[in-house]
Amino acid sequence: MMGQAQMHITGAQVPVTPPTAQTADKRCDLSVKGLRKTFGKDQTVLQGITFSVRSREAVALIGSNGAGKSTALRCALRLIEPGAGSIELFEQDVSDARLQTLRKLRADVGFVFQKHNLVPRVSALTNVIQGNLGRSGGFRGWTQFLAPSALRNRAMDCLHRVGLADHAMKRADQLSGGQSQRVAIARALMQQPRMVVADEPVASLDPVAGHEVMELFHQLAREEGITLLFTSHNVEQALSYSDRVLALKQGEIVLDASSNTLVPSDLSKHYG
Amino acid sequence: MADATDTRKGGLPERLERPGALQFTAYVALAAFVIWSFHGAGWSFSALLSGGPAMADFLSRAWPPSLERLPQLSTALFETFQMALVGTILGILVSFPLAILAAKGLTKQTFVARVFYSASRLLIALFRTVPDLVWALVFVITVGLGPFAGTLAIAVDTVGFCGRFFAESMEDVEKGPSEALTAAGANKVDTIFCAVVPAAMPSFITTSLFALEKATRSSVVLGLVGAGGIGIELKVAMDFFDYQLAMTIILMIFALVLCVERLGNLARNRILEGSPR
Repeated sequence: MMGQAQMHITGAQVPVTPPTAQTADKRCDLSVKGLRKTFGKDQTVLQGITFSVRSREAVALIGSNGAGKSTALRCALRLIEPGAGSIELFEQDVSDARLQTLRKLRADVGFVFQKHNLVPRVSALTNVIQGNLGRSGGFRGWTQFLAPSALRNRAMDCLHRVGLADHAMKRADQLSGGQSQRVAIARALMQQPRMVVADEPVASLDPVAGHEVMELFHQLAREEGITLLFTSHNVEQALSYSDRVLALKQGEIVLDASSNTLVPSDLSKHYG
Repeated sequence: MADATDTRKGGLPERLERPGALQFTAYVALAAFVIWSFHGAGWSFSALLSGGPAMADFLSRAWPPSLERLPQLSTALFETFQMALVGTILGILVSFPLAILAAKGLTKQTFVARVFYSASRLLIALFRTVPDLVWALVFVITVGLGPFAGTLAIAVDTVGFCGRFFAESMEDVEKGPSEALTAAGANKVDTIFCAVVPAAMPSFITTSLFALEKATRSSVVLGLVGAGGIGIELKVAMDFFDYQLAMTIILMIFALVLCVERLGNLARNRILEGSPR
């Protein structure tokens, strides 16, 4: 396919193009080898996948519902225990890491969920402040009225960066879908992450809000050099906002290619 | 024109599923048991009809209420409410950590955590299943007659009540916010206090205010066994056939419980709609 080198991935010959992003460097922020995950006795979701995400690279993970995208992302942070295989985050082993090490590694990764997963009933500001809990836990990080001024200021900066500083004291469950996702991004920024992982971040948003959120990710990745790994069902978005695209089908990686060598139809065929 | 149903693969579904033989037998047995229970409970329409004139007689003898001992009764009523309030607060304070231990999936799945989980659930079940009147009798023996025994009985009953509902409400909260904070590197304690407790807060508030209403009603009855409050006044008035005084006490209790319910509703609405933290 377009003259790319062939690379052996999970036992399958898959067309591969090296990432073209000028910003990406050679270090791997995430390296997954032979990752398997089975739910119950025989529901195998991931069949030993292998992929990596280089530092400062933007990677889109696509695939139809049930292909294993969310499971792969959750396994990467051990939010779900992987069945087999090895995972390295920032060149440190995650698979056998003790809880304390794991928490430190997680603190370097901002995870943005499809349904934003904000804590309801508390303010947007409190939600953002809670993003810092991985760096320094304790009751002063639980809510904005207990937080030290420096933490509150930093959280306000994060809200300002996503354009929601004027909504700081609004209850999280009273925000619109797009606003909620922006607060979730601000919470991830509060972690001062080296990498942002986003699991279908715009799937529950209307096209305009979805575009705004993806632009925000793009801007963060470009301007602040944050590594980005996101899943999407939207092939145009996957191509526009990534340096590289991975496609998952029935628990296997079937495509790993540079975005600028692909057209939407190359991705569409991996659905269904 | 072809009937629309012709194109369907299946016919019209049954409105109700036909019960199996075993299920049908169970329904019949249940119905028989309910009817038998009426008999066991001494249900009698004739006694109900003949009781009407006796009730009218009681009401005529109890009216108008006697206001002679109003200051003393007001003090006893206030003491009753104080017992309920302090007992409820103590009960809520104890039930909160117990509920965290007793909530499924909230603590780590280690052997020690499982022991604490089982022990806390057992303790909550014990406090809930033994009636508050029995606890009052126990505390009257252990700490003596008076409001302190009643307060302890209410506290223990509240732990049984709130412990169960607090734990269930924490089990039922959406897991997403907890997962988000775990993904950010937060530890278990931070996750519980930042994601689980705020989400369960409406249920905590509703349960706590209901516990206060329940405790207010209970504190009246506890007085009957010498555990303080206005209950003992009611018992003495009834024993001495002083129905006018008894009516005063009943109306005062009614007013107190109504006030607590109304104020509870107001507080609940204000807290739940309040500004975010």
